Amino acid sequence: MAEQTVQFKVFRYKQGERPSYQTYTVRVDPRTTVLRALEQIRQEQDGTLAFRHSCFHASCGTCGMKVNGQEVLACVTNVLELGTPVVVVEPLDNAPLITDLVVDMGDFYARYQPAGMPMIRESEFLPDSQVPEGVEHHMRLENCIECGLCLSACPVAGSDPLYLGPAALAAAWRMVEEPRGRDPATVLAWVDHEHGCWRCHAAFECSEVCPSNVDPAGAIMALRRELTRRKIGQLFGRR
Amino acid sequence: MVQERQTYGLIRRKGAWSWLDVRGRRLGAWAFALNRLTGLGLVLYLVIHLLVLSLLTQGESRWNDFIALAKSPAFLFLDVVLFFGLLFHGLNGIRVALVGMGLGVERHKTLFWVLMTIGAVLLLLSAWKVFSSPAT
Ligand code: HEM
Ligand code: SF4
Ligand code: SF4
Ligand code: FES
Repeated sequence: MAEQTVQFKVFRYKQGERPSYQTYTVRVDPRTTVLRALEQIRQEQDGTLAFRHSCFHASCGTCGMKVNGQEVLACVTNVLELGTPVVVVEPLDNAPLITDLVVDMGDFYARYQPAGMPMIRESEFLPDSQVPEGVEHHMRLENCIECGLCLSACPVAGSDPLYLGPAALAAAWRMVEEPRGRDPATVLAWVDHEHGCWRCHAAFECSEVCPSNVDPAGAIMALRRELTRRKIGQLFGRR
Repeated sequence: MVQERQTYGLIRRKGAWSWLDVRGRRLGAWAFALNRLTGLGLVLYLVIHLLVLSLLTQGESRWNDFIALAKSPAFLFLDVVLFFGLLFHGLNGIRVALVGMGLGVERHKTLFWVLMTIGAVLLLLSAWKVFSSPAT
């Protein structure tokens, strides 16, 4: 297969030092992904380059970063299809930087908790499902892979550090949409304020970059609709 | 909610610039940025407009001088810019308001282009009106 050389301009940062960009030349073939190229850099050129990954197939959500200014999963981003002679690789915005391409996702993850953690709710078993021996329960996986791309792309998260953010709001909507015996009122109260679902300006960037079709923007609008419906109901004496 | 953790020195957050930095962004972010710019532009215009009207208190000749200036082609072009701002902001505002209430969320892009088409027609009409009005 036709190999080609591509320049990677990679954001570098070690704590206590000034951030900078470092350029590496990498030989890629038509199948090389950005994540593979970064591994190649680390193995062959610079062992100090730090980045995060796990699954290599768009399901763990750990390899989120900005490639040529776009939030993507590096593991499924083909280098040559980007079509640029220089590929700029940067960490996600709006999250504290730990080093190089690694950001601290702690606050981001913590916000799923008040949202009702819909993605790790226990799943009911179908009556006729075959459950492997020894498994009493399993966690239901929702579609959000907690990659944080949406938070990085959101222009509002860019200016409001307290904004709950698209992913957490989408999780909240999942909970309200399908409460499974829980009370959606607590989750609705959690999003009903100026840093919650009302902060969003419907830029839809979150839904554009989401690699998993979660459509956080749609979920935010659904939360607003639900809250508006309830408030109007209250005005007329219904609860 | 958030456990105590080490705080890091650096966070890549663009602040207010993130509203306007549309590099690599798509329709929604462009519309948001332009809506903000035109909204602020309209406020600025309102202030200027009131200041200009206050010339009326300074006698007839000051006012007439201004009107002469206002009829120059460059100034008329600014009128068209104003119409653009009003039409974009108003029509996109209708879309934002609808979508913000949960209406037409899946169709927000179609809604955008339909409203913008209406806006373009109105803009052309208003430009024609501005430049063809008799310069009395
Ligand atoms: C013509 C009818 C108008 C409509 C339908 C309209 C609608 C809207 C909407 C829906 C927003 C919120 C945008 C968002 O959430 O991102 C907004 C924001 C704003 N509007 Fe208007 N507007 C109109 C006229 C005006 C006028 C005449 C002015 C100035 C005098 C103005 C100044 C602003 C400003 C400063 C903002 C805040 C900008 C922002 O939040 O991005 N608007 N408008
Ligand atoms: S739709 Fe709302 S949450 Fe999504 S990117 Fe835009 S402002 Fe952020
Ligand atoms: S909503 Fe989408 S973009 Fe945001 S964290 Fe979940 S999967 Fe990632
Ligand atoms: S490595 Fe798991 S999503 Fe990319």
